[in-house]
Amino acid sequence: MYEFSYKKVSSVEDAVAAMQSADDGKFVAGGQTMLPTMKHRLASPSDLIDLGGIGALNGISIDDDTVTIGAMTTHASVAASSEVQVAIPALAKLAGNIGDPAVRNRGTIGGSIANNDPAADYPAAVIALGATVKTNKREIPGDEFFTGMFETALAEDEVITAVSFPMVDKAAYMKFENPASRYAIVGVFVAKSGDSVRVGITGATPCAHRGMRLEAALNGNFSAAAVEGVKIPVEKMNSDIHASAEYRAHLVKVMTRRAVEACS
Amino acid sequence: MAENGVGASVRRKEDNRFLIGKGNYTDDITIAGQTHAVFLRSPHAHATINSIDTIAASAAPGVVAIFTGDDLAADGIGPLICGVTVTSDDGQPHRAPVHPALAQGKVNYVGDHVAVVIAESLSQAKDAAELVEVDYGVLPAVTNTATAADEGQTQIHEVAPGNLCFNWPFGDKAAVEEVFTAAHKVSSLELINNRMVTNPMEPRAAIADYNAGTEEITLHLTTQNPHVHRLVLSAFNQLAPEHKLRVVGPDVGGGFGAKIFIYAEELVVGWACRKVNRPVKWTADRTEAFLSDAHGRDHVSTAEMAMDENGKFLALRVMTRANLGAYLSTFGTMVPSYLYAFLLAGQYSTPLIYSEVKAVFTNTAPVDASRGAGRPEATFLLERLVDVCAADMGLDPVEIRRRNFIPVEAFPYQTPVVQCYDSGDYHAALDKALVLANYGSFAARAEEAKSRGKRRGIGLSSYVEACGIAPSAAVGQLGGGVGLWESAQVRFNPTGNVQVFTGTHSHGQGHETTFAQLVTEQLGVPFGNIEVIHGDTAKTQFGMGTYGSRSLAVGGVAISKACEKLIAKGKKIAAHALEAAEGDIEFADGNFTVAGTDKAMSIEAVAFNAYVPHSYPEGLEPGFDENAFFDPLNFSFPAGTHICEVEVDPDTGEVEIIKYSAVDDFGKLINPMIVAGQVHGGIAHGVGQALLEGCRYDSEGQLITASYMDYAMPRADNLPSFDIDYAPTDPPDNPLGVKGCGEAGAIGAPPAVINAIVNALGVKHIDMPATPETVWRAAQSV
Repeated sequence: MYEFSYKKVSSVEDAVAAMQSADDGKFVAGGQTMLPTMKHRLASPSDLIDLGGIGALNGISIDDDTVTIGAMTTHASVAASSEVQVAIPALAKLAGNIGDPAVRNRGTIGGSIANNDPAADYPAAVIALGATVKTNKREIPGDEFFTGMFETALAEDEVITAVSFPMVDKAAYMKFENPASRYAIVGVFVAKSGDSVRVGITGATPCAHRGMRLEAALNGNFSAAAVEGVKIPVEKMNSDIHASAEYRAHLVKVMTRRAVEACS
Repeated sequence: MAENGVGASVRRKEDNRFLIGKGNYTDDITIAGQTHAVFLRSPHAHATINSIDTIAASAAPGVVAIFTGDDLAADGIGPLICGVTVTSDDGQPHRAPVHPALAQGKVNYVGDHVAVVIAESLSQAKDAAELVEVDYGVLPAVTNTATAADEGQTQIHEVAPGNLCFNWPFGDKAAVEEVFTAAHKVSSLELINNRMVTNPMEPRAAIADYNAGTEEITLHLTTQNPHVHRLVLSAFNQLAPEHKLRVVGPDVGGGFGAKIFIYAEELVVGWACRKVNRPVKWTADRTEAFLSDAHGRDHVSTAEMAMDENGKFLALRVMTRANLGAYLSTFGTMVPSYLYAFLLAGQYSTPLIYSEVKAVFTNTAPVDASRGAGRPEATFLLERLVDVCAADMGLDPVEIRRRNFIPVEAFPYQTPVVQCYDSGDYHAALDKALVLANYGSFAARAEEAKSRGKRRGIGLSSYVEACGIAPSAAVGQLGGGVGLWESAQVRFNPTGNVQVFTGTHSHGQGHETTFAQLVTEQLGVPFGNIEVIHGDTAKTQFGMGTYGSRSLAVGGVAISKACEKLIAKGKKIAAHALEAAEGDIEFADGNFTVAGTDKAMSIEAVAFNAYVPHSYPEGLEPGFDENAFFDPLNFSFPAGTHICEVEVDPDTGEVEIIKYSAVDDFGKLINPMIVAGQVHGGIAHGVGQALLEGCRYDSEGQLITASYMDYAMPRADNLPSFDIDYAPTDPPDNPLGVKGCGEAGAIGAPPAVINAIVNALGVKHIDMPATPETVWRAAQSV
């Protein structure tokens, strides 16, 4: 780790001010990616602005049709929330299978989506559920939030405050884990509301995305069989020592099929 | 049986200090005035070093010193050594390139040691290391085991033409050839034994302190064998004379072989503390552990078995290429030769065996012993080949094994490959394992799985291994530079409690408990009054350390011999005190008694008498403190049958181990709980190799599995609850009737797992690790 200034702030305004006055500042939420990266000397922010003291960013609220999760809410809190378990059970289950207990008790939803690791779980849910990412400046539709590998629509001094997930009729997330890291080699989140089906895919490509071909097949025929005929473009898939592009493309269909089965 | 004696599952007494945070690991040690060392490592797999510029780095804050290979050479600090000679087919000893502790003009693998930066703090040392400028001339890298010795490959070392360390044939080639020509059937298999990173939980570390007053260096480090470290560092590396070098292996968090060896960092830190006249500390981070710990396995082989019309094995032929890495590690040459080829008989009465091992250099980390060391490679090859033989002959894998097992009445059994197995009952273990695994009803379970779209498979592995190393004369004949006896000292204090000094070293094995059980059983002293001391050359007599499942089978016998000496001396003292003839004194349960009378004297009273010899046998030395050395008569031959049942998801290639049954022969068990723990850990290690662990270098020699993000270690949810049992035999060559148990699981498990997957898919072979994609592709192929 290189030297850096640590700043703990108690409001979003202070966080933004601290960022604006820093040479090369970084917000830190749960630190589950940031800190290992710094320890490996792969990141060297001048200032680390800790959002952990901003109470307003922590917590879960539910109204008639929306689950809103504060950006600093940990994965463990989401997983354990009886309200989330009832409102969007697939989301609670997803949160409960991120990383390991240490990661789940430190890592946050805001940190996860701001980092936008290509193999992270939450982005698939944000996309498939049509969530809205709320920041100190605006509201960003989930579809438009993830812009590339480790890249998002966020500005440098923009802070995620919450993520709002609309409730759906049925949803399920299926993840095929990397045996080493337990990140998603492929993760598919399927959500169905009325006749509308949305599919969010993580792990398969450099950035989580909507599975438009799968959605087209599932709209009108929400069944595992409908997935079979869909052609997944192999050339767009990631390829590494754990899974070739061809295998990932295959897994996208298997995970989608299983998610659809889990919805019924 | 004494309370807490032999056969009792006593809870491990050492665990208390670990559980309450009172363990003392090398990195826990802080010495006033200590400095921190960081090794600058090569980012290239193969390169010349044109220059090293340390000017800017030396001026960085907190830097105490920066040393390179030239500094070591100037002080006459010797290169690292390999302790076992293998004679190549040209009659010459194996090719041994110079292995400098800090590079001299060339680096040969990513992670190779270029310089050491010593600073006031770790951060300062890291910062300064980034300022060292090295001008490299990058050369093409050689990383492929199978092709490293082929013509046209880049040459790594001048002394090793063709990147060949040795070509070691063993057996009668012509006789085997003849049998193959006339055989009813020949089955063959090409297979890879995947490279592994050993991954003890605690990374390697060292802290060295020089006392200018006594001119003594004290080196605390993560070692499985403190005296071997001291001997090699003194005799071969010229670090300090043996009597001026103290090596301490304090609590050590796992070794599995990786902490046997004498590493560059240990030598450099030991030397540097005197240069800077300050304590110097180094602890590997996990990336360094991946890059620079000796790796294990890495063979590419062809195996062929000639059979008669009944599936009886007539001859075995094995051609192996073994990767030794960029340099020879301490025992690197021994692993793919003597520890490998001498195991190729397995449990079978195959009369003729020919093997040829080509050991090659590559631009990868050195390869050496890792839990099992050579025997997992031999066992995987043989037990996979036997299943192929069964398929080719249309026999059940159980049946072909039964037809070829060495029968119980044939023991002691002289194999055609040097080893003479002293005891074993392979049919007994197999039969018991089949019952434990419900082998007979497998077909019904396979059918049920099929109805769920899954494919079930069942696989056997009937292994034997040679451990408890080793008879010194045999080691010498084979070109080893050491004796492999073990030592013990058992010392009564005047108040009657006992200190046991062992030359072995515990780094997780539970010696402090097991050895105390041996002593309480033999001497009758309460378990709680016995302390086992190990790991410090200033405290214990010379010993050879712990590896090759030798601690109980060799070290335990030494302890027992020392106890026998105490009893013999105690009889003289008791006879004098009880006014009886020495021949009338009997000893049992901690008491010396006069036969046929009620006159008795406790061993504690005898000990007191020996230290306060006011009334004492004439001519007898005072004191109650005996040592013993034991040189084993033979290797130890644990054996058994492991049966693995898996369910494969053909959609994804995922493999779930449904049931794992192991029946082992470890002779007599001292602490069944600790033995079970070793079996569990060994199987986990073997399952890790079979399903998860694959160390990969790319073609440029970059280690692409250099962290737990990419290198998959087995975790609890990869494993079922194991069903284990024993089918013991009594090994006549071991005075305690015990066999080694620490490596058996890692040796037996990989072929059981792979045979099960192969059985599930109906394919001939699948390479390890059987990752989901590998299995999925194999499932598509049928």
